[in-house]
Amino acid sequence: MNEEKQPDPTPIIEISAISKIYKQAGIVTHALRDVTLAIVKRDIYGIIGLSGAGKSTLIRCLAGLIKPSSGKVSFHNSDISHLKGGNLRNFRLKIGMIFQHFNLLSSRTVAGNITYPLEIAGVSKPEQNKRVDELLGLVGLSSKKDVYPSSLSGGEKQRVGIARALANHPEVLFCDEATSALDPRTTKEILDLLKTINKKLGVTIVLITHDMEVIKRICNRVAVIEAGKIVEEGLVSQVFAEPQHPTTKHFIQGSSHEIPEEFFKPPSPNRKLLRLRFKGTAASEPLISQIVKKYHVDANILLGWIDRLQTTTVGTLIVELTGTAEGIAGALGYLTEKTVHHEVLQQHES
Amino acid sequence: MSPNIDLALQLLPLQLWNTIYMVAVSTFFAVLIGLPIGVILTITDKGHIKENASLYKVLETIVNIGRSFPFAILMVALIPFTRWLVGTSLGTTASIVPLTVAAAPFVARLIETSLKEVDHHILEAAIVMGSNTWQIISKVLLQEALPSILSGITLTIVNLIGYSAMAGLVGGGGLGQVAIQYGYNRFNTFIMVVTVILLILLVQGVQWIGNVAVKSILRKRGKLIYE
Repeated sequence: MNEEKQPDPTPIIEISAISKIYKQAGIVTHALRDVTLAIVKRDIYGIIGLSGAGKSTLIRCLAGLIKPSSGKVSFHNSDISHLKGGNLRNFRLKIGMIFQHFNLLSSRTVAGNITYPLEIAGVSKPEQNKRVDELLGLVGLSSKKDVYPSSLSGGEKQRVGIARALANHPEVLFCDEATSALDPRTTKEILDLLKTINKKLGVTIVLITHDMEVIKRICNRVAVIEAGKIVEEGLVSQVFAEPQHPTTKHFIQGSSHEIPEEFFKPPSPNRKLLRLRFKGTAASEPLISQIVKKYHVDANILLGWIDRLQTTTVGTLIVELTGTAEGIAGALGYLTEKTVHHEVLQQHES
Repeated sequence: MSPNIDLALQLLPLQLWNTIYMVAVSTFFAVLIGLPIGVILTITDKGHIKENASLYKVLETIVNIGRSFPFAILMVALIPFTRWLVGTSLGTTASIVPLTVAAAPFVARLIETSLKEVDHHILEAAIVMGSNTWQIISKVLLQEALPSILSGITLTIVNLIGYSAMAGLVGGGGLGQVAIQYGYNRFNTFIMVVTVILLILLVQGVQWIGNVAVKSILRKRGKLIYE
């Protein structure tokens, strides 16, 4: 029971080259352009993007709510993007989804809301009651069983949403901005609950968000989406330590510390403001003192912090290097050699 | 005005009952016809779960035509149809026909308006849980919109009480007929006043029951903002 379920390398969801085009009043919008992704079993996969980037369209394509204009969405190697009627409804019984605004039925109590998907699946009355009690226990809401949703807090509503989504033992849970309407503390509680569900029940979780904190806190892999395209994809630890795309950098900076304006001075070959990111073994070597000794530069550490991710810890330092132009170039070369991700910062960049 | 209590007691209980009978039966049939039309108008509209532009257009046109008839004209125009359906165009049972025909499109519109208030996000959640169209209608749309639908039906009943009095003017029975025969033709002011009071009480009573029903549902669901 306490055995943690690890990601399984078998892909559960694969999307290949999907595009979605909307035409309205003669205006053509490309909501998704040639998106390809694979999500493995028991993974927690995050898709991050700003509003309008196409992340909602993407998660709706995955959940079979929207049909892509082209391309294929596979669930256990079978194409779901062209399912209809009963087959589509049967697929939906194998997935669960939670929403930003919870979308609970105001006409039903907490127990009634959780019973809804069980009724749809044709579960018998005694089984329904048993399952509702189990689920209420899982999400910690047993005391609110007969309450109507309007008297619940946001966090409690989302717990009901989670219980309802898990009712029919889904293999995948889709989270559509599930914590965006919640305060930071409640967000953490809900994210911890999702993590527990992933570990205990082995449910694959796919979430979309605009908040890097959510990705940092629970995701194993991340895809960054912008203007309908995946611009970067990989393990969160990797993407976080070595972001490639400007949008990714923007998200990471947004979630970390802001660099004070006064750190930026006019650019000069004898002075560079650097951001260094250390992860894994790089963190255990005294790199700063090595470059100081080797290249005769001065290193002034202005800011430093640590981000805890799912599998690793990433340290960031904002350092000002002063010295000869050659010395600084040599130091940068040395950092590259030691695989420390570094960036020269300029004003207005961060 | 000289109170003629004997006449009042002889006439009014029966005709009050006739009014209630006409209104109740025509409300029943109006909802029976209007509810499915309202549901179909909702789900076939653009962007809803069973979008169907041509079916929507056809039903919408029928409802609009039905609603554009003034009741007095509708009543007279329907006489041949009423005769064919119930064998006569006089009396309470005959009045039920034009009352139903007048109220059904009204009910359809009210139901459509109520159902369209149900948040699309809730429908999306129901769809993603694997609901079929019938389950969405019966377990989500009608349940979520119930307080609003009940308000609409209350409004329909109040309107039908008014229409039924009009039907009474042309031999439809009920309190309207008492008002025209005794109050107007025979200058019996006492009967007239009592009839008006009964109609007012009837309307107030229906409205009160409707309000209580709607409020109790809203209170149960915790959606009553102020009391």
